[in-house]
Amino acid sequence: MKQFQSFLKKEFYHIFRDSRTTITMMVIPIVLVILFGYAITTEIKSTRFVVFDQSKNSTTQRIIDRLAASEYFVIYKQVSSYEEIETLFRKNKIRMAIVFPPDFEENRQTGTEVQLLTDASDPNEATSLVEYATTIINTELTKDYIVSSVGIKPVVRLLYNPQMKDAYNFVPGVMGMILILICSIMTSVGIVREKEYGSMEVLLVSPLKPVYIILAKATPYLLISLVNILTILSLAYFLLDVPIKGSLFLVIMLSLLYALLALTLGLFVSTIAKTQQAAMLICGIALMLPIILLSGMMFPVENMPWILQQLSNLIPARWYIVALRDVMIKGLGVTEILPEISILVVMTLVLIVLSVKRFKVRLE
Amino acid sequence: MNVIEVRELTKKFGDFTAVDKISFEVKEGEIFGFLGANGAGKTTAMRILCGLSKPTSGEAKVAGYDIYKQAEPVKQHIGYMSQKFSLYGNLKVWENIRLFGGIYGLSDKQLKEKTDRMLAVLHMEDKRDTLVDSLPLGWKQKLAFSVAILHDPRIVFLDEPTGGVDPVTRRQFWELIYQAARRGITVFVTTHYMDEAEYCDRVSIMVDGRVDALDSPSALKKQFNTTTMNDVFYSLARKAGRGE
Repeated sequence: MKQFQSFLKKEFYHIFRDSRTTITMMVIPIVLVILFGYAITTEIKSTRFVVFDQSKNSTTQRIIDRLAASEYFVIYKQVSSYEEIETLFRKNKIRMAIVFPPDFEENRQTGTEVQLLTDASDPNEATSLVEYATTIINTELTKDYIVSSVGIKPVVRLLYNPQMKDAYNFVPGVMGMILILICSIMTSVGIVREKEYGSMEVLLVSPLKPVYIILAKATPYLLISLVNILTILSLAYFLLDVPIKGSLFLVIMLSLLYALLALTLGLFVSTIAKTQQAAMLICGIALMLPIILLSGMMFPVENMPWILQQLSNLIPARWYIVALRDVMIKGLGVTEILPEISILVVMTLVLIVLSVKRFKVRLE
Repeated sequence: MNVIEVRELTKKFGDFTAVDKISFEVKEGEIFGFLGANGAGKTTAMRILCGLSKPTSGEAKVAGYDIYKQAEPVKQHIGYMSQKFSLYGNLKVWENIRLFGGIYGLSDKQLKEKTDRMLAVLHMEDKRDTLVDSLPLGWKQKLAFSVAILHDPRIVFLDEPTGGVDPVTRRQFWELIYQAARRGITVFVTTHYMDEAEYCDRVSIMVDGRVDALDSPSALKKQFNTTTMNDVFYSLARKAGRGE
């Protein structure tokens, strides 16, 4: 036990004296969450638009007010010609224009038209803008004419994320990515560094048990992951208004299990990599890309071709993200995420067995 | 009494025989020089004796324990210092000492006494709180050697311990080796410096994985009819079939 304590102390000294790395590990999650939360977002917010109102009556005015009052749109100005709209688009002052034809009011009964102009050089944004604006305009139009509508009108209710916030989706995703990257990179680099410096030899000649070396390497990073988990969660909760509907304790325990899995993954990488750079490359590229592309963090797994779906089953992040969403956003309990938990536990055990085997092989 | 006994020890990597049926003994308390050109197999042989590598065949006993079957007690009784690694750079002097003391299971009281005595011998009392990285290389190596024998091992293995240091520091380093030997610690040392070979009680010279010569420096010089260990080494190394 004293052996382990002495070695653990050394690991903490390494980490605290290398303050640059430690601070980086603390700051990266914050930067990523803020980046995903504000910069990289597909949500529409405060988009500037102009109105070319050739009809000028109370209905058009109401629609305009309605649009301007929503958080998605801000009115830039009223214009009086198509040329003006064109110029503003070119100058990038506006992202959308609404044109009411002169006969807007007359044709109300038979079906009138509103023209929406958007900048489709960014097709995704253009589509969303049209969708948002159409919804607002239609609600406003149907308000006073209770049209005896023919056919069936779908009534849509978005469960769990009624405002369609991106953050609900990416916060679990970012946690799935950050935890695995930080834990695996740090553990693998930490162990490979000892090999590179030659200190591993000295340790292996000593009576220190290899399992203590591994445990002592993992402990500090598990603590750092805990800090990261708490930072991301509080940023998500206080800054991005992502609720934690389920039990916070369950969220943290689930994340710690996942961090442990990431540590064993780093341990496994350290038995393969010979240099620190190699370890970093393996973790950085070989782990990050599959996580981003296949974990369901960005692209839904259900839409992937069969073979990629099978591959995504092997990605730990996939199971963690699903379970985390279930607990955080849907508020499910431990029984509902048991399948994911068991998969993560099995993965951890397999990695531990593999790495311990390979670790021993390397001594010979 | 023999503290190391090696019988027909062989290590093969595929078709390549790095160590070819070597046999020798090292007596308790002696300074044993283990020489050989690069690639002659001395590092491999030493790694086997330290338990870092497993032999293909043959047997070896270190401190009375079989290196193959009793690896754990062997570890308790040996110290090891390599040229590549001398202590953790971003740990302070006393933190390094405490780390290795802890690994070898010294009590806090023993550790304190030993640390004080060691730093006094090295004239490094005022360096207790200095980061090892900021010490000169020679100091680091002297400190690393003292740490390697902190737990009073019966044998200490030194792998080219004086690589890259100036002659004065090397001389001081050998003073420490003599002190250790006087305390009864057997010193097993590999080196490239022939003047250091002269300081050893006995030297072995490996050529192509075999031990081609083993005796005291003076006997070897007489046998090869020269006045320096350099010449002894050259006349043996010239016969080497494999290069670097």
